Amino acid sequence: MLNIPTSLIAAMLIIAPISAAPAHAVEPTVAQAEQHRVEVMARAASTVVAVFGAEGAGGGSGVLITPDGYALTNFHVVQGAGNFMKCGLADGVLYDAVIVSIDPTGDVALIKLLGRDDFPAAPLGNSDLLHQGDPVFAMGNPFLLATDFHPTATFGIVSGIHRYQYPSGTILEYTDCIQTDASINPGNSGGPLFNTAGEVVGINGRISLDKRGRVNVGAGYAISINQIKHFMDHLRSGRIVDHATLGAIVSTNQDGAVMVDNILDDSPVFRRGLRLDDEIVSFAGRPIRSVNQFKNILGIYPKGWKLPLAFRREVDGNIETHEIIVRLEALHRSSELTLGGPAKKPRGPQLPKNKRKDQQPDPAKTSPELAKYYQKKPGFLNYYFNELERDRALRGLPELGDFSGVKGRWIVTGKTETGEDFRIVFASTGMGMLLGENAYLQPLGEDVVTIDEPPGSGGLLAGLNHLRRLLTLGPSGFSEFFYVGSTPLDGVGERVDIVEAELNAERSLWYFHKSTGELAGFDFWIHDDADPCEVRFSGTREFRGRMLPAQWTVKHADKIFVTLNIDNCEFPTSDDETVKEAGR
Amino acid sequence: MKHLFRCSIVILVVCGIMPLASAQDELSPIEEVQTRLVKIFGAGGVGGLHSYSTGFIISPDGYVATVWSHVLDPDVVTVVLGNGRKLDGRVVGAEPQLHLAILKVDAEDLPYFDLDDAATAGTGQRVLAFGNMYKVATGDEPVSVMQGVIAAKTKLRARRGAFEVPFDGPVYVVDAITNNPGMGGGVLTTRDGRLLAMIGKELRNAETNTWINYAIPVDELADIAHQIKTGTFRRNDTPRDRKAPPQNYRAIDFGIVLIPDVLNRTPAYIDGLLPGSDAAKQDLRPDDLLLFINGELIQSCKELQSELGRQEEGDVVQLVVRRGDSLVSVELEAPEKDEP
Repeated sequence: MLNIPTSLIAAMLIIAPISAAPAHAVEPTVAQAEQHRVEVMARAASTVVAVFGAEGAGGGSGVLITPDGYALTNFHVVQGAGNFMKCGLADGVLYDAVIVSIDPTGDVALIKLLGRDDFPAAPLGNSDLLHQGDPVFAMGNPFLLATDFHPTATFGIVSGIHRYQYPSGTILEYTDCIQTDASINPGNSGGPLFNTAGEVVGINGRISLDKRGRVNVGAGYAISINQIKHFMDHLRSGRIVDHATLGAIVSTNQDGAVMVDNILDDSPVFRRGLRLDDEIVSFAGRPIRSVNQFKNILGIYPKGWKLPLAFRREVDGNIETHEIIVRLEALHRSSELTLGGPAKKPRGPQLPKNKRKDQQPDPAKTSPELAKYYQKKPGFLNYYFNELERDRALRGLPELGDFSGVKGRWIVTGKTETGEDFRIVFASTGMGMLLGENAYLQPLGEDVVTIDEPPGSGGLLAGLNHLRRLLTLGPSGFSEFFYVGSTPLDGVGERVDIVEAELNAERSLWYFHKSTGELAGFDFWIHDDADPCEVRFSGTREFRGRMLPAQWTVKHADKIFVTLNIDNCEFPTSDDETVKEAGR
Repeated sequence: MKHLFRCSIVILVVCGIMPLASAQDELSPIEEVQTRLVKIFGAGGVGGLHSYSTGFIISPDGYVATVWSHVLDPDVVTVVLGNGRKLDGRVVGAEPQLHLAILKVDAEDLPYFDLDDAATAGTGQRVLAFGNMYKVATGDEPVSVMQGVIAAKTKLRARRGAFEVPFDGPVYVVDAITNNPGMGGGVLTTRDGRLLAMIGKELRNAETNTWINYAIPVDELADIAHQIKTGTFRRNDTPRDRKAPPQNYRAIDFGIVLIPDVLNRTPAYIDGLLPGSDAAKQDLRPDDLLLFINGELIQSCKELQSELGRQEEGDVVQLVVRRGDSLVSVELEAPEKDEP
């Protein structure tokens, strides 16, 4: 049998290349598409993370999204894993990783792999562009099959979009998620769902289970990457991130319309005018035709974001349509959100955790190298990252000039948009304002109540005191001062970083343009159950070597209170180096 | 969906089947199919019985085909169209042997599947499966869609006795996991959205304990569906002639009197024995429970009957019965039949 004449072999060798298109030949376009898919998957695989506890216990998946090591995974993967994790990549190397933030409601966690600044990172796609039937593939470490950490790939289609999955006995809720028949199993949790371009469109985290036990039955759910994008800067803040509530409950009536069923009268949306029995027409620019759609939209935004809401009301037989911008409230009290999270495990495809938790040494204790990446502080998950992001958000402040030595009174003068003169005096003991004919004087200090704010401003003078403290004292001027995340300014504008400041019972949020670090404005609350005083800045002007915003627009309760154009600012001269130098 | 649609265009163009012209704003095949599907909500919700299933519209005036199940027990069930419209659905007829039920809703000009224009598929063909598994979709949300391949076109009766199903016609078996709550009454289509089959109930192979992902080809359903629609359908309780299994023997032919078969799965207890019969001589006794016949597990009188029906003259039938705590084996020979 082995005695094949060499001439025949030669003939076969010659024939083979010529007869390359027998009946079973693959069309070149198909072969190319296959080759492309192999390349995309190879690239994608390099970004997929196998996540383990500090001692290699448990096991889930994740995906690297930045070269410096930030990786997304599920909250239920890091839950109970401690502050440090071990992460394996497709190259077979095991890296240390540290917890950054968690989103227990959305089942998302951000971790940071350590030791490299050139990690392969997966690009993020746009999950709103997905359609039913689009091909997708999941990657991760199902059943912990990969001892060399090379991820398993499973291929499928998008089975559904904008799916709502009820909480299963926990606070964990999957809203607006992607349903796929790509096989997702225990161990896949936290791993990426990719589109065919190799972009992350979701984070796999949940499967429908019924009669077959904890294995895939053709229905897996991924948190949409667009939801995570809304939270991405929040997730970098080293905090426990919260979702939002509207302060109103909706239900479907007999005609299928979505109506306000219940509303809290101390909620922002009530103050904006929404009432019982109003019909919700659209929310965040998406039409509302079912309660699920409403929950889907509410679930993908962080607390504090402002969103447009349209509603209809019947008044004397006429239909009125209203469009408002509403600020979302926190879904949970901070005490409800912990790294320990819900006692009951979510109904997701996670693997059993190592129960010998007490035997796990904290790697930070054994390695000072790692220890610096974790900083404990009450109210924060990992304060190290909050400081990092806070300093980044504040990077534009020094460009305004050195205010640190400025003590005593500042006097800002100018004209309002309507031509009235105004004069604002900043002093450490109190704030004063002359606006046209009217004068206001707001004393400052602990236990001082707001007694003489300009009516309709919402607390302008006390708010400007925060501005003064921010410029002169920085973070140390407040009892709490931390990075929150980012938001489109006023729901529609450019993305701004949010820094929160607290002093006594007062609270302010500071907005800095993400791209430039420029101060965009602030919101100031005299107390939490009132609308804030919203000040927005545009332009800057230089006054004796220091920059101040040129135009201040003051808004309260949806109405513009006043727009101030700054003509001059007098800083105290006693210890003003700039003036001295100028005088030489 | 656009990707898949484009892929299929590429393939069709390559094959020279379809001209390039294709308006982008037309509905994709998956969107087309979704307009012809309905979500059905009815009885259930207790004891592990789900209260929802799927159906597909088969006429513009509101006839809907779905799988015959407990969900349809109430006089009126809720039928939700693809656009979210909620309608009352009433069962106008059913053929339990096919697992087919036809509902009627009051509507006009609905998009529908023409049962006389259904496609067929061969083993290995790629297909799509649609259904409201796990009630993921409510209102106007589209039902779930899965991809798969026809793994086999076979007869459920090839595994006779293993499935608790009267249907013995050909079915498509797919590799997609369609055997899920709510998928029953959904559809199997070609990749370009042509109707192939109705997804069946959640059936389990009693022999291997595995769940089968099967769908009943439209060819098998079309005639009956048409008869139900036109009111000409007369339910026939005996199995359809062309597929009637052989009934060569009954238990009584062996001298065995079974207890009355009153349940869907009446256990095969011996009620009595004909005196002098082979069975009586072999010491079978009343209250014995017939467990195995020729090594096959018997779960009901029906299964026993069906197994006996296949015996030929002179065959030796091995029986295992349970008597108290012990198992007793006996062998009986199939007796001579009187020729008519």
